[in-house]
Amino acid sequence: MTDVLQVEKLSAAYRKNIILNDVSFTIPQGTLTCIVGPNGAGKSTLIKVLLGLHPNLSGDVSFFGELLKNVKKKVGYVPQRGSVDWDFPTDALDVVMMGMYGQIGWVKWPNKSHKEKALDALRKVGMADYANRQISELSGGQQQRVFLARALIQNADLYFMDEPLAGVDAATERAIMAILRELKKEGKTVLVVHHDLQTVEDYFDQVLFLNRTVVAHGAITSTFTANNIKKTYGGTVRWLKEGIGIVHSTI
Amino acid sequence: MTYSAWILLTASLVGISCGIVGVFLILRRMAMMADAISHSVLLGIVVAYLLTQSLSGIHMLIGAALAGVFTTFLVQWLHSNNVQHEASIGVVFTILFALGVILIATKAGNAHLDVQHALMGEIAFIPWNTVEIPMFGDMPVATLILLLVLAIIILIIGLFYKEWKITTFDSALAASIGIPVLGMHYLFMTLVSVTTVAAFDAVGAIMVVAMLIAPAASAYLWTDNLFKMIVISSIFGILSAIAGYYFAVWIDSSISGSMAFATGIVFFISFIFSPRHGLLSNKIRPSTMKS
Repeated sequence: MTDVLQVEKLSAAYRKNIILNDVSFTIPQGTLTCIVGPNGAGKSTLIKVLLGLHPNLSGDVSFFGELLKNVKKKVGYVPQRGSVDWDFPTDALDVVMMGMYGQIGWVKWPNKSHKEKALDALRKVGMADYANRQISELSGGQQQRVFLARALIQNADLYFMDEPLAGVDAATERAIMAILRELKKEGKTVLVVHHDLQTVEDYFDQVLFLNRTVVAHGAITSTFTANNIKKTYGGTVRWLKEGIGIVHSTI
Repeated sequence: MTYSAWILLTASLVGISCGIVGVFLILRRMAMMADAISHSVLLGIVVAYLLTQSLSGIHMLIGAALAGVFTTFLVQWLHSNNVQHEASIGVVFTILFALGVILIATKAGNAHLDVQHALMGEIAFIPWNTVEIPMFGDMPVATLILLLVLAIIILIIGLFYKEWKITTFDSALAASIGIPVLGMHYLFMTLVSVTTVAAFDAVGAIMVVAMLIAPAASAYLWTDNLFKMIVISSIFGILSAIAGYYFAVWIDSSISGSMAFATGIVFFISFIFSPRHGLLSNKIRPSTMKS
Protein backbone atom coordinates (compact mmCIF):
# COMPACT_ATOMS: atom_id res chain seq x y z
CA MET A 1 0.00 0.00 0.00
CA THR A 2 1.27 3.47 -0.85
CA ASP A 3 0.86 6.42 1.46
CA VAL A 4 -1.45 9.13 0.18
CA LEU A 5 -0.83 11.52 3.05
CA GLN A 6 2.31 12.16 5.07
CA VAL A 7 2.31 14.58 7.99
CA GLU A 8 5.54 15.38 9.77
CA LYS A 9 5.98 17.35 12.99
CA LEU A 10 3.02 19.61 12.25
CA SER A 11 2.12 22.34 14.72
CA ALA A 12 -0.45 25.14 14.60
CA ALA A 13 -1.93 27.79 16.86
CA TYR A 14 -5.03 29.95 17.19
CA ARG A 15 -3.86 33.36 18.30
CA LYS A 16 -1.40 32.48 21.08
CA ASN A 17 -2.79 29.07 21.95
CA ILE A 18 -0.96 26.09 20.55
CA ILE A 19 -3.68 23.79 19.23
CA LEU A 20 -1.56 21.19 17.47
CA ASN A 21 1.91 20.19 18.49
CA ASP A 22 4.30 17.76 16.84
CA VAL A 23 1.62 15.92 14.88
CA SER A 24 3.07 13.17 12.69
CA PHE A 25 1.29 10.35 10.90
CA THR A 26 0.92 8.70 7.52
CA ILE A 27 -2.28 7.50 5.88
CA PRO A 28 -2.10 4.50 3.52
CA GLN A 29 -4.22 4.43 0.38
CA GLY A 30 -7.64 2.80 0.57
CA THR A 31 -8.21 3.24 4.28
CA LEU A 32 -11.19 4.58 6.17
CA THR A 33 -9.72 6.49 9.09
CA CYS A 34 -11.58 8.22 11.88
CA ILE A 35 -10.02 11.01 13.88
CA VAL A 36 -11.34 11.03 17.43
CA GLY A 37 -10.54 13.10 20.47
CA PRO A 38 -12.19 15.32 23.09
CA ASN A 39 -13.61 18.79 22.38
CA GLY A 40 -10.83 21.23 21.65
CA ALA A 41 -8.40 18.45 20.73
CA GLY A 42 -7.74 20.16 17.40
CA LYS A 43 -9.55 17.72 15.09
CA SER A 44 -11.12 20.32 12.80
CA THR A 45 -8.01 22.48 13.03
CA LEU A 46 -5.92 19.55 11.86
CA ILE A 47 -8.00 19.18 8.71
CA LYS A 48 -7.93 22.92 8.07
CA VAL A 49 -4.17 23.06 8.47
CA LEU A 50 -3.68 20.05 6.20
CA LEU A 51 -5.79 21.74 3.52
CA GLY A 52 -3.98 25.05 3.92
CA LEU A 53 -7.07 26.83 5.26
CA HIS A 54 -5.28 27.66 8.50
CA PRO A 55 -1.56 28.46 8.73
CA ASN A 56 0.82 26.03 10.36
CA LEU A 57 3.70 27.10 12.58
CA SER A 58 5.99 24.30 11.50
CA GLY A 59 5.99 20.88 9.91
CA ASP A 60 5.57 19.35 6.48
CA VAL A 61 2.57 17.83 4.74
CA SER A 62 2.70 15.93 1.49
CA PHE A 63 -0.22 14.57 -0.52
CA PHE A 64 0.58 11.72 -2.91
CA GLY A 65 4.22 12.63 -2.39
CA GLU A 66 3.67 16.21 -3.58
CA LEU A 67 2.70 19.62 -2.29
CA LEU A 68 -1.04 20.20 -1.97
CA LYS A 69 -1.12 22.92 -4.63
CA ASN A 70 0.00 20.43 -7.28
CA VAL A 71 -2.66 17.86 -6.46
CA LYS A 72 -5.62 20.01 -5.38
CA LYS A 73 -7.97 18.20 -7.74
CA LYS A 74 -7.26 14.89 -6.04
CA VAL A 75 -8.29 16.14 -2.63
CA GLY A 76 -11.92 16.60 -1.56
CA TYR A 77 -13.26 18.37 1.50
CA VAL A 78 -16.59 18.23 3.34
CA PRO A 79 -16.72 21.09 5.86
CA GLN A 80 -18.88 20.98 8.97
CA ARG A 81 -22.51 21.48 8.06
CA GLY A 82 -22.76 24.41 10.46
CA SER A 83 -19.96 26.30 8.73
CA VAL A 84 -22.17 27.68 5.97
CA ASP A 85 -25.30 29.82 5.83
CA TRP A 86 -28.15 27.55 4.73
CA ASP A 87 -30.35 30.58 4.05
CA PHE A 88 -28.20 31.30 1.00
CA PRO A 89 -30.53 31.71 -1.99
CA THR A 90 -29.87 28.53 -3.93
CA ASP A 91 -31.09 24.94 -4.33
CA ALA A 92 -29.56 21.53 -3.61
CA LEU A 93 -28.50 20.90 -7.22
CA ASP A 94 -26.61 24.18 -7.34
CA VAL A 95 -24.74 23.41 -4.13
CA VAL A 96 -23.68 20.04 -5.53
CA MET A 97 -22.44 21.71 -8.71
CA MET A 98 -20.11 23.87 -6.61
CA GLY A 99 -18.04 20.70 -6.17
CA MET A 100 -17.11 20.97 -9.85
CA TYR A 101 -16.14 24.65 -9.88
CA GLY A 102 -12.49 23.70 -9.58
CA GLN A 103 -12.70 21.43 -12.64
CA ILE A 104 -14.79 23.85 -14.69
CA GLY A 105 -12.14 26.53 -14.31
CA TRP A 106 -12.23 30.31 -14.11
CA VAL A 107 -14.74 32.44 -16.00
CA LYS A 108 -16.57 29.51 -17.60
CA TRP A 109 -20.15 28.79 -16.57
CA PRO A 110 -21.40 25.29 -15.72
CA ASN A 111 -23.19 23.56 -18.61
CA LYS A 112 -25.70 20.78 -19.07
CA SER A 113 -23.25 17.91 -18.59
CA HIS A 114 -22.22 19.36 -15.23
CA LYS A 115 -25.88 19.48 -14.28
CA GLU A 116 -26.29 15.82 -15.25
CA LYS A 117 -23.31 14.85 -13.13
CA ALA A 118 -24.69 16.79 -10.17
CA LEU A 119 -28.03 15.01 -10.52
CA ASP A 120 -26.20 11.69 -10.60
CA ALA A 121 -24.39 12.54 -7.39
CA LEU A 122 -27.67 13.53 -5.75
CA ARG A 123 -29.15 10.22 -6.85
CA LYS A 124 -26.26 8.36 -5.22
CA VAL A 125 -27.02 9.94 -1.86
CA GLY A 126 -30.76 9.38 -2.30
CA MET A 127 -31.58 13.05 -2.77
CA ALA A 128 -32.61 13.20 -6.44
CA ASP A 129 -36.15 14.24 -5.51
CA TYR A 130 -34.84 17.27 -3.67
CA ALA A 131 -32.65 18.65 -6.48
CA ASN A 132 -34.63 21.86 -6.85
CA ARG A 133 -35.45 22.30 -3.20
CA GLN A 134 -34.28 25.49 -1.50
CA ILE A 135 -31.44 24.42 0.81
CA SER A 136 -32.92 26.00 3.94
CA GLU A 137 -35.91 23.68 3.58
CA LEU A 138 -33.78 20.55 3.89
CA SER A 139 -33.40 18.72 7.17
CA GLY A 140 -29.98 18.47 8.81
CA GLY A 141 -29.47 14.97 7.46
CA GLN A 142 -30.50 16.02 3.96
CA GLN A 143 -28.13 18.98 4.07
CA GLN A 144 -25.32 16.63 5.05
CA ARG A 145 -26.16 14.36 2.11
CA VAL A 146 -26.03 17.33 -0.24
CA PHE A 147 -22.58 18.13 1.12
CA LEU A 148 -21.54 14.53 0.56
CA ALA A 149 -22.87 14.59 -3.01
CA ARG A 150 -20.87 17.76 -3.58
CA ALA A 151 -17.75 15.94 -2.40
CA LEU A 152 -18.45 12.85 -4.55
CA ILE A 153 -18.67 14.99 -7.65
CA GLN A 154 -15.17 16.30 -7.02
CA ASN A 155 -14.08 12.77 -7.86
CA ALA A 156 -11.12 13.10 -5.54
CA ASP A 157 -8.80 10.31 -4.37
CA LEU A 158 -8.47 11.54 -0.81
CA TYR A 159 -11.38 12.95 1.19
CA PHE A 160 -11.47 14.94 4.40
CA MET A 161 -14.83 15.03 6.15
CA ASP A 162 -15.47 17.14 9.22
CA GLU A 163 -18.12 15.47 11.40
CA PRO A 164 -20.34 14.20 8.56
CA LEU A 165 -22.32 12.10 11.03
CA ALA A 166 -22.97 14.84 13.58
CA GLY A 167 -26.65 15.49 14.18
CA VAL A 168 -27.99 13.35 11.33
CA ASP A 169 -30.83 10.82 11.50
CA ALA A 170 -30.22 7.08 11.44
CA ALA A 171 -31.18 6.68 7.76
CA THR A 172 -28.71 9.36 6.72
CA GLU A 173 -26.00 7.83 8.87
CA ARG A 174 -26.50 4.48 7.13
CA ALA A 175 -26.56 6.12 3.69
CA ILE A 176 -23.38 8.05 4.38
CA MET A 177 -21.54 5.01 5.71
CA ALA A 178 -22.58 2.95 2.68
CA ILE A 179 -21.07 5.60 0.44
CA LEU A 180 -17.86 5.78 2.47
CA ARG A 181 -17.45 2.01 2.15
CA GLU A 182 -18.06 2.29 -1.58
CA LEU A 183 -15.34 4.93 -1.82
CA LYS A 184 -12.98 2.61 0.02
CA LYS A 185 -13.83 -0.21 -2.36
CA GLU A 186 -12.88 2.04 -5.26
CA GLY A 187 -9.46 2.48 -3.69
CA LYS A 188 -10.11 5.97 -2.35
CA THR A 189 -8.97 7.15 1.03
CA VAL A 190 -11.22 8.87 3.55
CA LEU A 191 -10.40 10.72 6.76
CA VAL A 192 -13.38 11.45 8.97
CA VAL A 193 -13.56 13.57 12.08
CA HIS A 194 -15.82 11.52 14.30
CA HIS A 195 -17.33 12.00 17.74
CA ASP A 196 -19.18 8.79 18.56
CA LEU A 197 -16.81 6.24 20.07
CA GLN A 198 -19.52 3.56 20.07
CA THR A 199 -19.60 3.31 16.28
CA VAL A 200 -15.87 3.52 15.63
CA GLU A 201 -15.36 -0.23 15.47
CA ASP A 202 -18.29 -0.81 13.12
CA TYR A 203 -17.57 2.00 10.70
CA PHE A 204 -13.83 2.41 10.28
CA ASP A 205 -10.70 0.35 9.79
CA GLN A 206 -8.17 2.84 11.15
CA VAL A 207 -8.34 5.16 14.11
CA LEU A 208 -6.29 8.23 14.96
CA PHE A 209 -6.55 9.40 18.55
CA LEU A 210 -5.85 13.11 18.70
CA ASN A 211 -5.46 15.43 21.63
CA ARG A 212 -3.24 18.30 20.57
CA THR A 213 -0.89 15.62 19.30
CA VAL A 214 -1.26 12.07 18.04
CA VAL A 215 -1.92 9.83 21.03
CA ALA A 216 -2.21 6.63 19.03
CA HIS A 217 -2.76 5.69 15.40
CA GLY A 218 -3.28 2.35 13.71
CA ALA A 219 -5.69 -0.41 12.80
CA ILE A 220 -8.90 -0.51 14.85
CA THR A 221 -8.22 -4.07 16.01
CA SER A 222 -4.90 -3.21 17.60
CA THR A 223 -5.29 0.46 18.44
CA PHE A 224 -8.89 1.01 19.56
CA THR A 225 -8.22 -0.08 23.12
CA ALA A 226 -9.55 1.03 26.46
CA ASN A 227 -6.10 2.23 27.36
CA ASN A 228 -5.76 4.50 24.34
CA ILE A 229 -9.25 5.93 24.88
CA LYS A 230 -8.33 6.74 28.43
CA LYS A 231 -5.04 8.30 27.38
CA THR A 232 -6.85 10.53 24.88
CA TYR A 233 -9.90 11.55 26.87
CA GLY A 234 -8.43 11.50 30.36
CA GLY A 235 -10.95 10.92 33.09
CA THR A 236 -14.00 12.04 31.17
CA VAL A 237 -14.91 8.63 29.82
CA ARG A 238 -17.36 6.46 31.66
CA TRP A 239 -17.11 2.77 31.07
CA LEU A 240 -19.81 0.43 29.96
CA LYS A 241 -19.49 -3.30 29.71
CA GLU A 242 -17.53 -4.75 26.80
CA GLY A 243 -15.15 -1.86 27.03
CA ILE A 244 -17.12 0.60 24.94
CA GLY A 245 -16.62 4.15 26.07
CA ILE A 246 -19.17 6.94 26.16
CA VAL A 247 -17.85 10.42 26.32
CA HIS A 248 -19.23 12.66 28.99
CA SER A 249 -20.17 15.93 27.43
CA THR A 250 -17.78 18.48 28.83
CA ILE A 251 -19.89 21.40 27.67
CA MET B 1 -32.77 64.54 -23.14
CA THR B 2 -34.64 66.70 -20.73
CA TYR B 3 -33.42 67.80 -17.34
CA SER B 4 -35.52 65.35 -15.37
CA ALA B 5 -34.81 62.50 -17.79
CA TRP B 6 -31.10 62.83 -17.00
CA ILE B 7 -31.81 62.80 -13.31
CA LEU B 8 -34.03 59.75 -13.62
CA LEU B 9 -31.44 57.93 -15.74
CA THR B 10 -28.64 58.78 -13.32
CA ALA B 11 -30.68 57.73 -10.31
CA SER B 12 -31.66 54.47 -12.01
CA LEU B 13 -28.02 53.72 -12.73
CA VAL B 14 -27.29 54.24 -9.04
CA GLY B 15 -30.16 51.89 -8.25
CA ILE B 16 -28.90 49.12 -10.51
CA SER B 17 -25.23 49.38 -9.49
CA CYS B 18 -26.01 49.47 -5.78
CA GLY B 19 -28.65 46.78 -6.22
CA ILE B 20 -26.19 44.30 -7.72
CA VAL B 21 -23.33 45.00 -5.32
CA GLY B 22 -25.73 45.08 -2.38
CA VAL B 23 -26.84 41.49 -2.91
CA PHE B 24 -23.34 40.22 -2.25
CA LEU B 25 -22.88 42.64 0.66
CA ILE B 26 -25.97 41.16 2.32
CA LEU B 27 -25.10 37.54 1.58
CA ARG B 28 -21.54 38.02 2.79
CA ARG B 29 -22.94 39.65 5.95
CA MET B 30 -21.00 42.79 5.33
CA ALA B 31 -23.71 45.42 5.46
CA MET B 32 -21.69 47.31 8.06
CA MET B 33 -18.69 47.40 5.74
CA ALA B 34 -20.79 49.38 3.25
CA ASP B 35 -21.41 51.96 5.94
CA ALA B 36 -17.71 52.04 6.75
CA ILE B 37 -16.56 52.37 3.16
CA SER B 38 -19.14 54.99 2.26
CA HIS B 39 -17.65 57.20 4.97
CA SER B 40 -13.94 56.56 4.59
CA VAL B 41 -14.24 57.12 0.85
CA LEU B 42 -14.49 60.80 1.78
CA LEU B 43 -10.84 60.73 2.89
CA GLY B 44 -9.87 59.20 -0.46
CA ILE B 45 -11.68 61.94 -2.34
CA VAL B 46 -10.10 64.73 -0.31
CA VAL B 47 -6.62 63.30 -0.63
CA ALA B 48 -7.11 62.80 -4.37
CA TYR B 49 -8.20 66.43 -4.63
CA LEU B 50 -5.25 67.70 -2.59
CA LEU B 51 -2.78 65.73 -4.71
CA THR B 52 -4.20 66.64 -8.13
CA GLN B 53 -5.99 69.92 -7.35
CA SER B 54 -8.81 68.74 -9.57
CA LEU B 55 -12.32 67.55 -8.95
CA SER B 56 -12.49 65.35 -12.02
CA GLY B 57 -14.26 62.05 -11.71
CA ILE B 58 -11.45 59.68 -12.50
CA HIS B 59 -9.11 60.98 -9.78
CA MET B 60 -11.89 60.71 -7.27
CA LEU B 61 -12.74 57.16 -8.34
CA ILE B 62 -9.14 56.06 -7.89
CA GLY B 63 -8.78 57.88 -4.57
CA ALA B 64 -12.02 56.39 -3.31
CA ALA B 65 -11.12 52.90 -4.47
CA LEU B 66 -7.80 53.12 -2.63
CA ALA B 67 -9.52 54.45 0.50
CA GLY B 68 -11.99 51.57 0.36
CA VAL B 69 -9.27 48.95 0.04
CA PHE B 70 -7.30 50.68 2.79
CA THR B 71 -10.36 50.56 5.06
CA THR B 72 -10.90 46.88 4.29
CA PHE B 73 -7.26 46.16 4.96
CA LEU B 74 -7.21 48.03 8.29
CA VAL B 75 -10.41 46.33 9.48
CA GLN B 76 -9.00 42.94 8.49
CA TRP B 77 -5.68 43.67 10.17
CA LEU B 78 -7.21 44.84 13.47
CA HIS B 79 -9.56 41.88 13.46
CA SER B 80 -6.70 39.43 12.96
CA ASN B 81 -5.00 41.07 15.94
CA ASN B 82 -7.75 40.23 18.41
CA VAL B 83 -10.05 43.24 17.95
CA GLN B 84 -13.74 42.36 17.52
CA HIS B 85 -14.91 42.65 13.93
CA GLU B 86 -17.64 45.23 14.58
CA ALA B 87 -15.34 47.22 16.84
CA SER B 88 -12.61 47.33 14.19
CA ILE B 89 -15.11 48.55 11.60
CA GLY B 90 -16.39 51.22 13.97
CA VAL B 91 -12.94 52.46 14.90
CA VAL B 92 -11.47 52.48 11.42
CA PHE B 93 -14.17 54.26 9.45
CA THR B 94 -14.91 56.96 12.01
CA ILE B 95 -11.25 57.89 12.25
CA LEU B 96 -10.72 57.93 8.49
CA PHE B 97 -13.91 59.93 8.04
CA ALA B 98 -12.81 62.39 10.73
CA LEU B 99 -9.49 62.81 8.95
CA GLY B 100 -11.38 63.57 5.77
CA VAL B 101 -13.54 66.17 7.49
CA ILE B 102 -10.49 67.86 9.06
CA LEU B 103 -8.68 67.96 5.73
CA ILE B 104 -11.69 69.48 3.96
CA ALA B 105 -12.05 72.13 6.61
CA THR B 106 -8.38 73.12 6.69
CA LYS B 107 -6.96 72.45 3.23
CA ALA B 108 -9.78 72.31 0.78
CA GLY B 109 -12.10 74.89 2.22
CA ASN B 110 -12.31 77.05 -0.88
CA ALA B 111 -12.91 74.22 -3.30
CA HIS B 112 -16.29 73.02 -4.39
CA LEU B 113 -16.07 70.25 -1.86
CA ASP B 114 -17.96 70.54 1.34
CA VAL B 115 -19.10 68.06 3.92
CA GLN B 116 -22.74 68.75 3.32
CA HIS B 117 -22.36 67.93 -0.37
CA ALA B 118 -20.39 64.77 0.33
CA LEU B 119 -22.90 63.49 2.82
CA MET B 120 -26.11 64.34 1.02
CA GLY B 121 -25.13 64.53 -2.62
CA GLU B 122 -27.01 66.84 -4.96
CA ILE B 123 -28.50 65.08 -7.89
CA ALA B 124 -30.31 68.24 -8.96
CA PHE B 125 -27.00 69.77 -10.14
CA ILE B 126 -25.90 66.77 -12.17
CA PRO B 127 -27.42 67.66 -15.56
CA TRP B 128 -25.51 70.95 -15.67
CA ASN B 129 -22.03 69.48 -15.49
CA THR B 130 -21.75 67.84 -18.89
CA VAL B 131 -19.07 66.45 -21.12
CA GLU B 132 -19.21 66.02 -24.88
CA ILE B 133 -19.25 62.45 -26.17
CA PRO B 134 -18.41 61.91 -29.85
CA MET B 135 -21.39 60.70 -31.93
CA PHE B 136 -23.72 61.22 -28.99
CA GLY B 137 -23.60 64.77 -27.79
CA ASP B 138 -23.56 66.21 -24.31
CA MET B 139 -23.89 63.94 -21.34
CA PRO B 140 -23.63 64.68 -17.62
CA VAL B 141 -20.26 63.59 -16.22
CA ALA B 142 -21.85 61.78 -13.29
CA THR B 143 -24.08 59.76 -15.61
CA LEU B 144 -21.14 58.79 -17.78
CA ILE B 145 -19.13 57.65 -14.75
CA LEU B 146 -22.06 55.65 -13.45
CA LEU B 147 -22.45 53.96 -16.83
CA LEU B 148 -18.78 52.98 -16.79
CA VAL B 149 -18.96 51.74 -13.21
CA LEU B 150 -22.08 49.71 -13.96
CA ALA B 151 -20.29 48.13 -16.93
CA ILE B 152 -17.35 47.25 -14.67
CA ILE B 153 -19.67 45.74 -12.06
CA ILE B 154 -21.57 43.64 -14.58
CA LEU B 155 -18.31 42.50 -16.14
CA ILE B 156 -16.62 41.51 -12.88
CA ILE B 157 -19.67 39.93 -11.28
CA GLY B 158 -20.65 38.21 -14.54
CA LEU B 159 -17.23 36.83 -15.42
CA PHE B 160 -16.61 35.43 -11.96
CA TYR B 161 -20.22 34.67 -11.12
CA LYS B 162 -19.63 31.13 -9.88
CA GLU B 163 -16.49 32.20 -8.00
CA TRP B 164 -18.49 34.93 -6.21
CA LYS B 165 -21.17 32.40 -5.43
CA ILE B 166 -18.87 29.79 -3.94
CA THR B 167 -16.70 32.23 -1.96
CA THR B 168 -19.87 33.75 -0.54
CA PHE B 169 -21.60 30.48 0.31
CA ASP B 170 -18.70 28.32 1.43
CA SER B 171 -15.35 30.07 1.60
CA ALA B 172 -13.64 26.99 3.09
CA LEU B 173 -14.56 24.83 0.10
CA ALA B 174 -13.62 27.68 -2.24
CA ALA B 175 -10.18 27.96 -0.65
CA SER B 176 -9.73 24.19 -0.72
CA ILE B 177 -10.24 24.07 -4.49
CA GLY B 178 -7.78 26.89 -5.00
CA ILE B 179 -9.88 30.05 -5.33
CA PRO B 180 -8.09 33.07 -3.78
CA VAL B 181 -10.77 33.90 -1.21
CA LEU B 182 -8.95 36.85 0.37
CA GLY B 183 -8.05 38.31 -3.01
CA MET B 184 -11.70 38.16 -4.04
CA HIS B 185 -12.67 39.81 -0.76
CA TYR B 186 -10.46 42.78 -1.59
CA LEU B 187 -11.68 42.88 -5.18
CA PHE B 188 -15.25 42.98 -3.95
CA MET B 189 -14.50 45.75 -1.48
CA THR B 190 -12.89 47.71 -4.32
CA LEU B 191 -16.13 47.27 -6.26
CA VAL B 192 -18.11 48.53 -3.28
CA SER B 193 -15.84 51.57 -2.99
CA VAL B 194 -16.05 52.43 -6.67
CA THR B 195 -19.83 52.02 -6.65
CA THR B 196 -20.09 54.17 -3.57
CA VAL B 197 -18.12 57.05 -5.01
CA ALA B 198 -19.86 56.85 -8.37
CA ALA B 199 -23.16 57.15 -6.54
CA PHE B 200 -21.74 59.89 -4.33
CA ASP B 201 -22.68 62.83 -6.53
CA ALA B 202 -26.16 61.53 -6.91
CA VAL B 203 -27.13 60.52 -3.41
CA GLY B 204 -24.18 61.23 -1.08
CA ALA B 205 -22.34 59.08 1.42
CA ILE B 206 -25.19 58.40 3.80
CA MET B 207 -27.95 57.71 1.31
CA VAL B 208 -25.75 55.38 -0.71
CA VAL B 209 -25.83 52.96 2.21
CA ALA B 210 -29.61 52.82 1.92
CA MET B 211 -29.32 52.15 -1.81
CA LEU B 212 -26.77 49.40 -1.18
CA ILE B 213 -28.58 47.60 1.60
CA ALA B 214 -32.35 48.08 1.39
CA PRO B 215 -33.10 46.90 -2.19
CA ALA B 216 -30.93 43.79 -1.70
CA ALA B 217 -32.43 43.05 1.70
CA SER B 218 -35.91 43.39 0.15
CA ALA B 219 -35.03 41.14 -2.79
CA TYR B 220 -33.79 38.51 -0.33
CA LEU B 221 -37.36 38.27 0.95
CA TRP B 222 -38.85 37.57 -2.49
CA THR B 223 -36.70 34.83 -3.98
CA ASP B 224 -34.56 31.80 -3.21
CA ASN B 225 -32.40 32.09 -6.30
CA LEU B 226 -29.22 34.15 -6.39
CA PHE B 227 -29.60 35.34 -9.98
CA LYS B 228 -33.22 36.34 -9.48
CA MET B 229 -32.22 38.09 -6.28
CA ILE B 230 -29.75 40.24 -8.22
CA VAL B 231 -32.37 41.11 -10.85
CA ILE B 232 -35.07 41.92 -8.29
CA SER B 233 -32.65 43.96 -6.22
CA SER B 234 -31.75 46.06 -9.28
CA ILE B 235 -35.41 46.58 -10.10
CA PHE B 236 -36.10 47.67 -6.53
CA GLY B 237 -33.15 50.05 -6.82
CA ILE B 238 -34.61 51.64 -9.96
CA LEU B 239 -38.11 51.78 -8.46
CA SER B 240 -36.85 53.49 -5.32
CA ALA B 241 -34.84 55.98 -7.34
CA ILE B 242 -37.73 56.93 -9.62
CA ALA B 243 -40.37 56.96 -6.89
CA GLY B 244 -38.02 58.97 -4.68
CA TYR B 245 -37.49 61.56 -7.39
CA TYR B 246 -41.19 62.15 -8.02
CA PHE B 247 -41.91 62.19 -4.32
CA ALA B 248 -39.23 64.85 -3.86
CA VAL B 249 -40.64 66.93 -6.70
CA TRP B 250 -44.13 66.56 -5.28
CA ILE B 251 -43.30 67.71 -1.76
CA ASP B 252 -40.44 69.93 -2.99
CA SER B 253 -37.76 68.36 -0.82
CA SER B 254 -34.36 66.66 -0.94
CA ILE B 255 -34.16 64.18 -3.82
CA SER B 256 -31.53 61.94 -2.24
CA GLY B 257 -33.43 61.87 1.03
CA SER B 258 -36.63 60.88 -0.74
CA MET B 259 -34.85 58.11 -2.65
CA ALA B 260 -33.42 56.63 0.53
CA PHE B 261 -36.85 56.92 2.10
CA ALA B 262 -38.35 55.06 -0.87
CA THR B 263 -35.92 52.15 -0.37
CA GLY B 264 -37.22 51.92 3.19
CA ILE B 265 -40.82 51.78 1.93
CA VAL B 266 -39.92 49.03 -0.55
CA PHE B 267 -38.29 47.10 2.25
CA PHE B 268 -41.24 47.34 4.60
CA ILE B 269 -43.70 46.33 1.90
CA SER B 270 -41.50 43.29 1.21
CA PHE B 271 -41.11 42.57 4.88
CA ILE B 272 -44.86 42.45 5.38
CA PHE B 273 -46.13 40.98 2.11
CA SER B 274 -43.39 38.65 0.86
CA PRO B 275 -45.07 35.31 0.09
CA ARG B 276 -42.49 33.12 1.80
CA HIS B 277 -40.64 35.11 4.39
CA GLY B 278 -43.08 37.95 5.01
CA LEU B 279 -44.78 38.82 8.28
CA LEU B 280 -48.27 38.17 6.91
CA SER B 281 -47.55 34.80 5.31
CA ASN B 282 -45.89 33.63 8.50
CA LYS B 283 -49.03 34.58 10.40
CA ILE B 284 -51.44 33.03 7.92
CA ARG B 285 -49.58 29.83 7.20
CA PRO B 286 -50.47 27.10 9.68
CA SER B 287 -47.54 26.19 11.86
CA THR B 288 -47.46 22.63 10.56
CA MET B 289 -46.60 23.88 7.07
CA LYS B 290 -43.45 25.59 8.26
CA SER B 291 -40.31 23.64 7.65
